[in-house]
This record gives sequence, C-alpha cells and structure tokens, in this order.
Amino acid sequence: MIGFVARRVALAVFVVLVVTLLVSWAIRLTGDPAIMLAQGAGSVTEEDLQRIRIALGLDRPFLVQYLGFLQGLLTGDLGRSFLGNTPVILLVGRALPATLLLAFVSLFASILLSIPLGIHAAVHKGRAVDQMIRILSLVGLSFPNFWLAMMMVLVFSIALGWLPPSGMEDAASLVMPAATMAIILTATNVRLVRTTMLETLSAQYVMVARSKGLRERVVLYKHALRNCAIPLITYIGLQFGGLVGGIVVVEQVFAWPGMGSLAFDAIAARDYPVLQAVITVLAILIVVINLAVDIAYGLVDPRIRTE
Amino acid sequence: MAVIEDRRPWSRRLRNLEFILGAVLTGIMVLAVLCAGLLFPDGGEGFDLTARLLPPLQSWAHPLGTDPVGRDVLARVVTGGGISLTVGFASVAGAVVLGTLAGLVAGYYRGIWDMILMRCADVQQALPFILIALTFIAILGGGIDRLIFFMVVSQWVQYARLVRGSVLSLREREFVQAAAAIGVRDHRIILDHLLPNVLGPIIILMTLNVANNILLESSLTFLGLGVDPLIPSWGGMLADGRTYVQTAWWISVFPGLAIMLTVLGLNLLGDWLRDVLDPTGKL
Repeated sequence: MIGFVARRVALAVFVVLVVTLLVSWAIRLTGDPAIMLAQGAGSVTEEDLQRIRIALGLDRPFLVQYLGFLQGLLTGDLGRSFLGNTPVILLVGRALPATLLLAFVSLFASILLSIPLGIHAAVHKGRAVDQMIRILSLVGLSFPNFWLAMMMVLVFSIALGWLPPSGMEDAASLVMPAATMAIILTATNVRLVRTTMLETLSAQYVMVARSKGLRERVVLYKHALRNCAIPLITYIGLQFGGLVGGIVVVEQVFAWPGMGSLAFDAIAARDYPVLQAVITVLAILIVVINLAVDIAYGLVDPRIRTE
Repeated sequence: MAVIEDRRPWSRRLRNLEFILGAVLTGIMVLAVLCAGLLFPDGGEGFDLTARLLPPLQSWAHPLGTDPVGRDVLARVVTGGGISLTVGFASVAGAVVLGTLAGLVAGYYRGIWDMILMRCADVQQALPFILIALTFIAILGGGIDRLIFFMVVSQWVQYARLVRGSVLSLREREFVQAAAAIGVRDHRIILDHLLPNVLGPIIILMTLNVANNILLESSLTFLGLGVDPLIPSWGGMLADGRTYVQTAWWISVFPGLAIMLTVLGLNLLGDWLRDVLDPTGKL
C-alpha cells in the first residue's frame, strides 16, 4: 500500500512539475514584460527598463526564475500583479472559493439528478424510457456550455425576469451558473450510472435480494447503489478537470467572480503573473483531486494497487 | 433470433433512428457548409443598412433575420460553419495520425516509448485542453492554424493510449506471433496485422472528438481567443450577439443552434458506431 501511494504521489508531483514548467515557458514567450509595463509611461530609457527587469527578477536565467516560481508556490508567494501591485495570492484567494462553490454545487445537483435517471434507465434497459434518456443525454452533451448559459439568461432573466443575469450576490445568482454546469455534467453522469448499475444488477446478490422479497426500491437504492458507489465516485472524480474547464468558460457569461473571470481579466490586461498563477493553481487542484480519488480507490479496492 | 429481437422493437427502431437522425443532421450541416459559396456568394459579408436588426420570418430575403449592421443571419450561420467544420476535422485528422503511429510503436515495442507515452497521457489528463489553449493563445494570439495545432498537440495522446491498449493484447495473439515467426518484418506486422484491428475504436473516438473540437473552437472564439472576429464563425457570432441578447435574441439563438445540431449529429453517429463496432463497450 505504501508503495502504491508513493508511486501515485510521485506521479502527481511529476505532472505538476511538467505543467508548471509548460506554463512558465509559455509566459516567457510573451516577450519582455518590462516594455509592456513601461508602455504609456511616457519616455522610458533603457536604464528604466533594466531597473524594472531587475525588480521583477527577469534578468535571471529561465531555470532560476522557474525554480523561484516553484519556491514561491510552496511558500504561498505567487508574485505581484502587474496592475496595482496586489499580491497574486490575494486575488486567487478571492476567486478560488467562488469557482469551488460553483463546482461543488453543480456536481452535487448533477449527482442528485443522474442517480435516479441512470438507475431508471438501467432497470428498463433497452426499453423506450432507456432510449429516451440516452438520446436526452446526447442532447445534453451537445450543448456549447456558454450558449446554454446565454439561453438561460435569455429565458429566465430577460423573458421571465426570475433570476439575476450575472454576478454573485445571493443564492439566486448561483442558480443559473450551477444549473448550466449541472445539465452538462448530468449528460455524462447518467451514462456512467447506467453502465455501472447494469454491471451491478447482474450480480447474484441482487438476485438473492430480490428473491428474498425485498422491495425493488430497497434492492436498487440500498444494495445495488452502495456497490456502485466506488466506481462512480472514481469516474466522477476523474471528470473534475473537465468540470473546471467548463466552469472557466461559463463564469464569463455570468460574470461570476471566479478563477475563469480572473484569468480573462488577466489576459485582457496582459497581467501574466496572475494568468500563470490561475492556471497553475487550477492544474494543481485537478491533480490533487485525481490523486485523492486514486488513493481512495486503491484503499477500498486492493486489486487496483497491483495494477 | 427473430423472436428475441422482436421483444424489444423499440430498441431496434430507436437505434436506427439514432443513425438516421445523426446522418441527416451531420449531412445537412456539411452539405450546407460545402455549398455556402454557391448559396451565399457574398460570404455573409453583404449588409443592408435599411434592414438592421430585422427579426426572423419577417422578410423572404432574411428568413433568420439580420444583425446590427444588417447582415443576413442565415448567410453568416451557413458561411461560419466552414470554420467550425475545418477546425473539427483537421484537428482530428492530425491527432489521429500522430496518435495512432505513437500508439502502434509504443504498444508493439514497449520499453522507453511506452513509458514516454504513458507519462504524456498523465500530463494530458491533468490539464484540460481549454486551460492550455487559454495560456498559449492568450500569449501567442489566436487563429485557425494555432487552434488546430493546439488541439492536435493535446489530443494525440487519446488515440495513442487507445491504440496502445489494443496492441498490447493483440501482440500476444497467435496470428501476430505466427507472422513474426515466419519472418514478417515489424513494420508490415504493425501496418497489415495490428492497424486493421484497432480501426473500429479509433473511428468512434474520431467522431466524438470532431464534435468535441467543434465545441472547443466555438468556446475559444466566443471568448475572443480563437478565430479572427472579422471572419464569420459560430463562436464569433455568439460573442457579437451577446451584446444584443436583450433586444435581438435571434442573433445569438441561431448560431448556437447550428453548433448544437452539428455536434448532436456527430454524437448520435458516434454513439451508433459505438454500438455497431464496439459492442463490448470498451469506449
């Protein structure tokens, strides 16, 4: 078990290193941030530029800068924003909870929706209702997430006036962003529940439970669902990356003050330390969640460890 | 057999329906886009300042209405599809060639190639495409060729993994062992014996990825990080339409519907293919 955890952790560290290296390298491709910072500042001499470079640590070789970034990452110092000199960690600290709130609420809503739907489809495998659920899930998969978000605004804010079109003031403003993500997540999750449930339902203990005369609901939701839980949690955990990718886009439509909005503001302002921090933090978050899911799966199912 | 099949007539009918619907949707979209030049010779650029923000179904000349500068929404939707389909198909074509070759080599020779491939897969799994694209495109600027390039770079691994997995089990099978024993060269074994056996799953993944990449392209263009906003494209039209969503819903409804129907058509086809080519459900 220790060997298994060590291998997974080593792999996660490797992935984080590659991702941060990639992002740092990409940021270097932007050219000279000193010139960008000095733009609009009137007459700037070469000496001024050099002073800015030294202040930002840009005069050092790339690898030294990268190691400095890693060190900052470990100590929670992600540098300062080009705009207003705010510490980046503060900006990220403000935006990350908003993104996580959206992620977990939409994930929770989608699980609540997809479990009964998926079980219903599995029980009625091949029948009309199963096929309808299947086609509906394909429709859900085909929505461009940002367009679904716009259509929600069109219907529920503009036409009906029920919900605020943007921002994060109260619970009502959470409804549409979370619903958009939940619909798209449910489209995938229904299929996962259905497939896992089909496998479980063919097991002998399900037959025994039924022949004991247990009510169908107890058989499905107590006996079968519990045995589906582990693979389901794993699959859903592995989707976290996709969920974050979707949220980043949807946040833009609803002006939700999360990591996505922070990233786009940074892109518009060419505020690269912020962009670098957002991408790095999101990537680490995804890696950590995948790692946790992996290890948890290994803990409950010993067969995974030897694989 | 007939009796067993007849017990679930719905299933069969819907399965066929899935194919017909998918083929019709994809077919109409591809055909319309291919004929865009004939149908709308002005490429959706012609504008009529006397007919700005015309709602749909008001005039025969503009069945889906017009945008704020009086350009025909239908013409722009049909023309704009070209971008989405080009990006979707070109990116998948690039990724499938690269990924299949890498997967065949890694699966057949194992060793260092296999290790490199699997580590690439780990990295790719950790970082959603949209985040990579955000970083690089924000810095280097957008454009069709870059979009395609980044999609190929981040997606070849999917094919490579799929092919590698199949090859790992295939190489132990008798027909491959026999071919090796009678002295067939490695590249002939790979191309003649292994490749045909992995085509099914590849085709399914390709179909689903064309759909997926059309969604990605439109998202990035919508966010201003994809295709040049001056070229008509679905994502770009939606970005423009967003400003007018209060007053002119049709500008943002129709391009989105076009994306959705195209992607739905491809997803239906992919799902149907999965049933036909991969009944054991590996994908």
